[in-house]
Amino acid sequence: MDLFTIIFYAFALLALGAGSVVVFSKNIVHAAFALLFAFFAVAGLYVLLMADFLAITQLLIYVGGILVLVIFGVMLTNTVISVDVKTGTVQSMPAVLLSAALAGMLVGMFWSTDWKVTTQQTLPEATGNELGTMLLTSYVLPFEIASVVLLVALVGAAMIARREKKA
Amino acid sequence: MTIQTYLLLSAIVFILGVIGVLTRRNAIIVFMSIELMLNSVNLSLVAFSAYLGDARGQMLVFFVMTVAAAEAAVGLAVIIALFRNKQTVNLDEINILKW
Repeated sequence: MDLFTIIFYAFALLALGAGSVVVFSKNIVHAAFALLFAFFAVAGLYVLLMADFLAITQLLIYVGGILVLVIFGVMLTNTVISVDVKTGTVQSMPAVLLSAALAGMLVGMFWSTDWKVTTQQTLPEATGNELGTMLLTSYVLPFEIASVVLLVALVGAAMIARREKKA
Repeated sequence: MTIQTYLLLSAIVFILGVIGVLTRRNAIIVFMSIELMLNSVNLSLVAFSAYLGDARGQMLVFFVMTVAAAEAAVGLAVIIALFRNKQTVNLDEINILKW
């Protein structure tokens, strides 16, 4: 077992453990902080997969942006005084059946498919250059659309969350 | 480390997210589970990108992240608006469409 494998299993275990805490924890604050570790583990796996730029982007956007938003959401929707941060679960039995079916399907598909893995073609050491070139040549239209989507989402979010004036 | 290992990990994390979406009552936990599912799909895309030697998979991850950020902003705004109107974020108590 080389170092690469050990690091992979460490990050994989971190992702699975943190993901389980997110899903099964009774305390929302614990779930939010476990999500931090899950995002971090996925960023580590990106590094192992030679996606250096994406790993940094993952840390910046997910850990720095989305997670702060989520914690704001927790803060704003749970009355702090009554300490009502615990929540329960519903419909466990159908959910377990459905998830088991989905898991069987996914895992079976992943194992039975013959992935055409190549060893000749490899990604460059630093992917930032190539990604930037692609973003401004063949993917320039999705790039522009994504910017419009973000703008619309921000304006819409501000409009929805704003307290309505008494007319 | 084969591609199947990464895909298996991605599938398990995705299933965890599915369980969260289906069973949890709190809208914010459901929301976090959706983020977990998006992350697992991103992980499988990056794994494909690495093992097929093609950077287009990483490109797709960028756009998934963009949509996830937009979804985070709008989703939390909706949750906050819901909380203001119903004083709860428990999904089984938000049933004003049911009759």
